[in-house]
Formats: sequence, structure tokens, C-alpha cells
Amino acid sequence: MNFFPDETGRMSQFDQSITDALIEQQSSIQAAWLATLEESGAVRGVRADELKKQTADFLKLFSEGVVESGGDYWGANGWAGTREFLEALSHSRALQGLDAQQTATFVFSLKRPLFDLLQRETSVPPASLVTQITLVSELLDMMGLHTVRTFQKARESVIKRQQEELLELSTPVVKLWDGVLALPMIGTLDSQRTQVVMESLLQRIVDTGSDIAIIDITGVPTVDTLVAQHLLKTVTAIRLMGADCIISGVRPQIAQTIVHLGLDLEGIVTKANLADAFALALRRSGLTVTKAS
Amino acid sequence: MNIKDQGTRPIVTEQDIVLARQACRKLAQDCGLRLVAQTKLVTAVSELARNMLVYGGGGDLHWEILEDGLRKGIRIIFHDEGPGIADLQLAMTDGWTSGNGLGLGLTGAKRLVNEFDIETAPGQGTRISITQWS
Ligand SMILES: Nc1ncnc2c1ncn2[C@@H]1O[C@H](COP(=O)(O)OP(=O)(O)OP(=O)(O)O)[C@@H](O)[C@H]1O
Ligand SMILES: [Mg+2]
Repeated sequence: MNFFPDETGRMSQFDQSITDALIEQQSSIQAAWLATLEESGAVRGVRADELKKQTADFLKLFSEGVVESGGDYWGANGWAGTREFLEALSHSRALQGLDAQQTATFVFSLKRPLFDLLQRETSVPPASLVTQITLVSELLDMMGLHTVRTFQKARESVIKRQQEELLELSTPVVKLWDGVLALPMIGTLDSQRTQVVMESLLQRIVDTGSDIAIIDITGVPTVDTLVAQHLLKTVTAIRLMGADCIISGVRPQIAQTIVHLGLDLEGIVTKANLADAFALALRRSGLTVTKAS
Repeated sequence: MNIKDQGTRPIVTEQDIVLARQACRKLAQDCGLRLVAQTKLVTAVSELARNMLVYGGGGDLHWEILEDGLRKGIRIIFHDEGPGIADLQLAMTDGWTSGNGLGLGLTGAKRLVNEFDIETAPGQGTRISITQWS
């Protein structure tokens, strides 16, 4: 028999027969729970074997928690294992891209199978049945809330990390040599991204005191008038800062397109690839590369 | 001349332009267009789709895969119900822009493709058709 005060000082307990049933009937509870989960659509994208293990692990922790801490005192030590489990679950669900509701449903969908179990336990006196149901319900509510709270935190950290990655991705200014910076542009140039990338290049030129900047457009599939406008503006700004600019990655098909578009890149040094641009940059810096004898 | 396949996609956001470029590149590849012809077509699509978004308030891109004897081609029609172009001759002048572009989109697109047709009138919207052959 478990007999513990909850946070409000109220005394609650799980009937011994219920505790026993929880332990003995784990597999049938799990089957009913899995069915409810499936039906709720809250576990789409979670592998079946993974889900099976998660539900089994949780039921084991749950019955241990009931045995160790009695009823509804969710803050009790006996629930530490369950809490940790739910936190880990929230993290993995957040990474899998499920939402808060789907994640909390994992816990809430256990209500029905547990209520059914309570009702099947005919040895429980009807008067006590209501108390037992309330107990289970409150406990699962606390667990569900805990899940949502940790899910939210996990989600926020995932989003924060993704934003940081994006920012990093958009500003890959590489120092190739003392005084030589390269900016390999990748993907679509017509968005805010261009602005951010170009600004960071200008800043890095100042910070490193570089004299030559290479903008490599090998990874840019289309050079249209908008892209050209961005490039021209950047080249002008770089020159105003007293540095030189080379545009590399101008493939033959891009060169032809530029000519037909009527873009005037006269006065801008362009190269077919980054290696050629780097070689030119070294030459301009008065450096020569020789083979070690 | 036969139309082998066709489709329509809306251009209402900046992202739609990116997707339209990707879709047209794929169509051009499937048509057997060479890399230079592909790149030219995709660049023209980029220009005309953006004009449609910026000046026409968005519109539709309709594409057709054409077969004419042995050659295959791709036709793309841009249609918006925006303000139309009042002075087409001026708009078709290299370097003329009513906004702050380079004023090379329309003329450049015309030079990039094999066929270029434009129908526009003030208050009537704009319809531009381009075709690239293999
Ligand atoms: N769909 C359209 N509806 C209304 N006006 C248009 C449309 N397309 C083009 N125009 C007008 O024609 C002008 C020239 O277009 P064009 O694409 O050549 O240059 P731009 O868009 O101004 O600059 P960019 O060189 O960056 O394309 C535009 O400035 C605009 O006034
Ligand atoms: Mg334009």
C-alpha cells in the first residue's frame, strides 16, 4: 500500500490491487495504448519499433513510480526516472519535427487504457474507484504538462540553432592568404541574403585589411539582372574602400548569357574559376608560387 | 506543331520565381536543350517572372512542351493583369527602367530566346510569350 501526501498536503493513494494490475497487465495496457496512439495520428513519422520500446519503457517507469511514490505527488523522487524519460522523449520528438500537441498526446492517450483497467478491477470498491480515476487523471495531466514544457524548450533551442546555422551559411567569407579574401556564393542571390553576405564581406575587408576580394559565383545557377546589380554594387563598394575585386566562377554558359543580357561588366576582372582568380590575386600581391625542389 | 505537355504555376512571391527557374530548367533539360540554351531560357524566365511580380502585381506562368518535326521546344507564357506598359518602345529600350533596375530585363530576355512576343496595353495587363528550340 502506498500512502503519500501530495504538494497540497492532500493524502492520496493507489489501491494495492491497482498497483498490482498495473505491473501484471503491462502488455495488454501497452497494446491498448498503442492502438489509441495510432488512431490519434500523433505518432506519424515515429518508427513502429521505436514507439513500441518507448511505450514499454514508459509503462515500466510508470508502475515503478506508482510503487515508489504512491499516487499523485509528481514532484516526488519516485518519479525522477519518468521525468527524465519524458524530457528525452520531448527532445527526440522536437528533433523529428513533431508538434507540441502530438508530443503531449503520447502521455494523454494513456488515460483511456488506464481508466479501462481501473474499471476492470472489480475488487476496487465503487466509492474508491472515483478517487483512483481522479488520481490517474491528475498524474497524467502533470506528466503531459511537463512534456509540453520541455518540448517547448527543446523546440526553441532547435530553432535557435537552425537560425545560427543559416546565418553562418550565408557569410562564409574565407581568408585565402594574407590580404586575400574569398566569398564563395552558393544558391540563390536574389533575397535579403545577398545584402547580409555582401555587408559581411565589406566588414571583413575592413577587419582584415585585405586588398583583394574574390567573389566566387560557381555555386550560383542563374546570373540575371538582379544578381548582376548586386554584384556591381558590391564591386563598386569594394573599390571605394581601396581594395580590388575579382569575380570568379563565370562559366562559359554564364558568360554567354551575360553578353546577351547586355550586362556591362567591363572594368571588372572575371575568371572562369577560383583557382585562376587566386593565382591572379597572388601575382598582384607580388607573390609567386614555386615548386619545392 | 504539337503541344506534348503543359502546365501553369502562379508567380506571387519571390520564392515562386526561384521555383519557376528550377522547374523551367528541368523542363529544358527534358526537352534536350543544350546547357547554353537552358541557361539562357532560365535567365529569361527569371527576368520576366520578376517583372510580372514587381510591376504586374503577380501573375501566371504557363509552359508548353512543343514538338515540330524533329525539333523540340519549350514555350513559356507570362500573363499578368497589372497596369500594362504604356510606352512599349520605351520599355524595350536597353537601360530604361521605371523603377531602380538596370532596365535590361525585357530587352535581355528577348535576346536570350529564339522567339519573343509581347502584348500589352495600359489597364489591360501584360502577356509575354517566349520560345526556345532545341
Ligand atoms: N509585367 C509588367 N507590367 C508592367 N510594367 C512592366 C512589366 N514588365 C516590365 N514593365 C516595365 O518595363 C520596364 C523595363 O523592364 P525591364 O525588365 O527591362 O527593366 P527593369 O525591370 O526596370 O530592370 P531590370 O534590368 O532589373 O529587369 C520596367 O521598368 C517597367 O516599367
Ligand atoms: Mg526587369
